[in-house]
Amino acid sequence: MRITINGVERELAAATLAAALKALDYGGSIVATALNGHFVPARKRETTKLAEGDRLEIVAPRQGG
Amino acid sequence: MRLYEVEVASRLLLGTAQYPSPSILAEAVRASSADIVTVSLRRESGRLREGQDFWSLIRELGVRVLPNTAGCHSVKEAVTTAEMAREIFATDWIKLEVIGEADTLQPDVFGLAEAARILCADGFSVFPYMTEDLVVADRLLEAGCKVLMPWGAPIGSGKGLNNPFGLRALRAHFSDVPLIIDAGVGLPSHAAAAMELGYDAILLNTAVAKAGDPPAMARAFALAIEAGRAAYLAGPMEARDMAAPSTPVIGKPSLTG
Repeated sequence: MRITINGVERELAAATLAAALKALDYGGSIVATALNGHFVPARKRETTKLAEGDRLEIVAPRQGG
Repeated sequence: MRLYEVEVASRLLLGTAQYPSPSILAEAVRASSADIVTVSLRRESGRLREGQDFWSLIRELGVRVLPNTAGCHSVKEAVTTAEMAREIFATDWIKLEVIGEADTLQPDVFGLAEAARILCADGFSVFPYMTEDLVVADRLLEAGCKVLMPWGAPIGSGKGLNNPFGLRALRAHFSDVPLIIDAGVGLPSHAAAAMELGYDAILLNTAVAKAGDPPAMARAFALAIEAGRAAYLAGPMEARDMAAPSTPVIGKPSLTG
């Protein structure tokens, strides 16, 4: 299915958010996620299903003022 | 200084962006003696993992982090960013920015109050980036904020304190609330001036990061903030328009011919 990840649309076979992070090489990285503009806590990634057209944001700590 | 029940020694809060290199950032943080640094959240690539190294560096410095919602222009964006920040940084602290105008980066104070209400009700300790408006300050305190952060001047402008009158009024109206000048400070003298007005702390980034020697400038700011605080506690004299001789007039010998 087509999913927009950090603003870039791509084909992804993962059924859940946890599976998507694994498929996208985030294993072990400290990241937070939001699906279609809503925060998804880490504990809910296994049970959060992905659907065609979803918008997924994956963020990490960065420099800030 | 107490910020949300946390005792903080340094009155300088330092931003972590725009330094020439990670090692200069680390040196500047150490030179500043800051206990708190601001950080953000940005998109991470699974392949590049840029954020992971940065986060390791900050953790090695042993400082407390204040995550921001920089760049958010709506209540929803700011609230979602705060939720993500709480999970990643394991802190309820959030520097709440809801930007309302692109040229001045001034806050949308209506959205700010709304986002502050939502986040305070959800257990966040909110540090709102605000204008020096007294009514906005009241609304933010009603929303549950226990610290206020008025701007000195637009973010990154380095202009100092644009409205000393407004900042003095804010200090006088909210004498028991920790007030931190956030944004616009360009020189140590600006920071000292704010501290002399009775402000509790200064949050700055660009003035240190863009200095020729960031660690040296961080040290200069730390000294200025300490001096300004000491001056405030010492009770500055009242300014006046006319001269007043400091040397006693009585006892001056008559030496005219």
